[in-house]
Amino acid sequence: MNRIEGRVKVTGLATYAAEYPAENVAYAYAVQAQIAKGRVKRVDAAAALELPGVLAVLSCEAAPRLPEDADPELALFQRREVAYRGQIVAAVVADTYEIARDAAAHVRVDYDADDHDVRLSGDHPGLYQPEVVNPNFPSDTDKGDVEAGLAAAATTVDVTYETPVLHNNPMEPHAALALWDTEGRLLVYDTAQGTSGSRDTIAKTLGLPPEQVRVVSRHVGGGFGSKGTTRPQAILAALASRMVGRPVKIALTRQQMFDVTGYRTPTIQRLRLGVDGDGRLTALEHLAYEQSSTLVEFAEQTATPTRVMYASPALRTGHRLVRLDVATPSWMRAPGECPGMYALESAMDELACAAGLDPVELRIRNEPETEPFSGVPFSSRNLVGCLREGAHRFGWRHRDPRPGVTREGEWLVGTGVAASTYPARRSPCQAVATMRDGDVLVQVAAADIGTGARTALTRIAANALGIAPERVHVELGDSDLPRAPVAGGSAGTASWGTAVVRACEELRRDGKEGRADTTDEVKADAELARHAFGAQFAEVRVSAVTGEVRVSRLLGVFAAGHIVDEKLARSQFLGGMTMGLGMALMEETLTDEEFGGFLHRDLAQYHVPACADAQHVEAVWLEEEDGELNPMGSKGIGEIGIVGTAAAIGNAVHHATGHRFRELPITPAKILTARF
Amino acid sequence: MRPFEYARAGSTAEAVRQFAPGTMYLGGGTNLVDLMRLGVAEPERLVDVSRLPLDAVEEQGDRVRVGATVRNTDLAAHPLIRARYPMLARAVLTGASGQVRNVATVAGNLLQRTRCTYFQDVTRPCNKRRPGSGCPAIAGDHGNLAVLGTSDACVATHPSDMAVALAALDAQVHVTGPGGDRIIPMPGLHRLPGEEPERDTVLAPGDLITAVELPPPPPGASLYRKVRERASFAFALVSIAAALDVGRDGTVTSCRIALGGVAHAPWRAERAERALIGGPATGEAFLQAAEAELEQARPLPRNAYKVPLARNLIVATLEELAP
Repeated sequence: MNRIEGRVKVTGLATYAAEYPAENVAYAYAVQAQIAKGRVKRVDAAAALELPGVLAVLSCEAAPRLPEDADPELALFQRREVAYRGQIVAAVVADTYEIARDAAAHVRVDYDADDHDVRLSGDHPGLYQPEVVNPNFPSDTDKGDVEAGLAAAATTVDVTYETPVLHNNPMEPHAALALWDTEGRLLVYDTAQGTSGSRDTIAKTLGLPPEQVRVVSRHVGGGFGSKGTTRPQAILAALASRMVGRPVKIALTRQQMFDVTGYRTPTIQRLRLGVDGDGRLTALEHLAYEQSSTLVEFAEQTATPTRVMYASPALRTGHRLVRLDVATPSWMRAPGECPGMYALESAMDELACAAGLDPVELRIRNEPETEPFSGVPFSSRNLVGCLREGAHRFGWRHRDPRPGVTREGEWLVGTGVAASTYPARRSPCQAVATMRDGDVLVQVAAADIGTGARTALTRIAANALGIAPERVHVELGDSDLPRAPVAGGSAGTASWGTAVVRACEELRRDGKEGRADTTDEVKADAELARHAFGAQFAEVRVSAVTGEVRVSRLLGVFAAGHIVDEKLARSQFLGGMTMGLGMALMEETLTDEEFGGFLHRDLAQYHVPACADAQHVEAVWLEEEDGELNPMGSKGIGEIGIVGTAAAIGNAVHHATGHRFRELPITPAKILTARF
Repeated sequence: MRPFEYARAGSTAEAVRQFAPGTMYLGGGTNLVDLMRLGVAEPERLVDVSRLPLDAVEEQGDRVRVGATVRNTDLAAHPLIRARYPMLARAVLTGASGQVRNVATVAGNLLQRTRCTYFQDVTRPCNKRRPGSGCPAIAGDHGNLAVLGTSDACVATHPSDMAVALAALDAQVHVTGPGGDRIIPMPGLHRLPGEEPERDTVLAPGDLITAVELPPPPPGASLYRKVRERASFAFALVSIAAALDVGRDGTVTSCRIALGGVAHAPWRAERAERALIGGPATGEAFLQAAEAELEQARPLPRNAYKVPLARNLIVATLEELAP
């Protein structure tokens, strides 16, 4: 289907958080820490407060007290300690955005600075084993004897990969408008990937009962996880509004988004693999080193896909974390799977090369019967089907396996393959469907962050009701609607869709209204391993003169259950793959070791792919029947597209050049330094 | 962003009269307005010169005069430029994006500031922005900074593509100002950082660029090639504007080479040119010329790749231009 809100979006009529009009609105602008670690000694707001139009300056010396148990990334102005450069330490509220921004430069903050430590390394003395990794997996798993498996192997590889700090960079900046009414109720227009959860978080942070808070996010201009948790702008708008007694609006600058809206942790990943003479794994070990802040333990589940992918008698995975003087990492499209599968799928390619096996064949030979670590059966698994279909479409059998042999003028040409995987989850959700003037109103606090969720849910409801989609009206993006989980974990459509189908079924019985709460249904799900799978094939051209890499072909084949809507699904897959292309070749935020914080905090320095980089990106899928998922039979598709792309491209670069680049992104600088 | 006055000049003379300390001229604003938002530029007064009647591309005998306020898009699309100076048209088209080029002016393109990450962040030191505060790029992030003509004070690059082509074309920059009119030959408009990295150009306060004059194009074929991390909308890692003419006997009769992304100014590779003229147009000669030029390079650990990149680019471009 075409997007229901497509017309209002392209004509500029769709209202985003920062665009809501409010009478007598004031504007807030954040002041950020200029040290990486230490304490705020003194805040001198006098010069700022003297400027005409300035209403208030918030800081640890002037702010409402918040509950002790608030998330420290959200508990603004409660402590003098500075945990990272860029942390919000003060804010100016003024009549206009321009005045607030100007005044922010006049707020003088004095610090007692301590020595900082912002550098992740694989031998950092502070590395430790977290109890669990996100969302709630064991940090380490161990099955069989890895050392014995490696010793017995005919071929082994022992390789280490590094991925940099990555930033989500949604097009719409994080923004909020907060309004308090006379009874002390708070309304926040926010850029949230989920309004129910955001309402709870804002209420908890401010010490309010949840029913006193309402969060509205009708349209969200991308999030990729960075809006999946409540971000400081919502709290700042609420605090500032309470302080000045006026509605307050805030929109972060692109640079501020780099500092306070989360990022993907950098990783260092060591993989050790062995295969026997038949190309069957004898051992597989995946250890991930990553960072979090001193404020919050965020332990990304980087090595967990290795528990899912390949059969091996010995399988060990682990995570080590170090707490640095940096901002807290957060969710970014396919957290865990994306960086983890980059490393695993690159290592599988290296193993195939070392063992003289075709990389597609190596994967097929190690297809497991059940989920490798847990032993739990799969609800469905079509990785082999994806590999075979992709190989056929891509013309894989014509490939000369020797690296560095195909050249067209100055361009070295190579191809690579990698597998994709992402869990297929669902969470409890509520929904209401009501007959209204012959049409059906469907209400659910889902979020459409640019994915097409509104359209997908319309189609799901129309199918469940047996009526035309034009007769269904989906209302979402408001915490006053029936409670729904976040648009995240590729579980949105599955969770919301289940509730919508059940509500529609109830409506058909009732004739007037149907209400659903899927808590019991979701709880009763059988214990099965539910994952989507895919295979990605890349063709790259590497200039022997300049080291530039251009991806001339990218093909993704996915098996993700029943595809709810082809047009929306294709966009999701292509978007994920294009983002994976960026990860492979250009995306990187630098950590400033001298001063702390990040460098390259804008879109001229942090490169995401331009249209010209996505030359021929194609996504197809296998129709997969799986009755163990949800009423739609669907698996989530928002994230799997980015999983494996970087490995497929990196493997293609190796095939083109004969050189293995193990640190992303693969830039001309690295290629020229290594090879030419 | 601090408050500022805004005035629009009706003529170049009026613009210059309106100039006072704290004043900046505003062209398309694609760089200056960003820098004002960031607090890097804090003019008290903007004199908008973007609507001065300087927006024509005119044939003057065998020369072409490009007005200072000609938009980048219009420059690249102009038939005179496309026919006589394809290298310039191509250089302009490799810069920025269509939207930016629609707004950016010729003079503004020349006068844009470095995109060094420290320069653009007022919370960190930078000798160019705050003289004497230090250059953290030298020990920190300099991956896309200069390897030629650097100083201990500054390793910034000039980001323009257009200026690189103008340097290769021996363009002349027409300037008016409180001290009268003058003509500055490219690449002499931009200076090397030395001890005064805060000065990007040789312009004096109040000087206003009114036009760029293009002499007849050099003989032979010409090219502009830009190397960047993504296929579009990225500043050059290294770029090259080159023209080459080879006589019937196989010797180089004319050669122009300018490099971008390697220095505080568009870098005219005079040593390479001298090494080539009168010699054979062979791959080996091109390599020797490139190496002669790049002997002067002072790369840092994370931009050392620019030396082989510039070398490869010079050789490959000349080989493509050679008959």
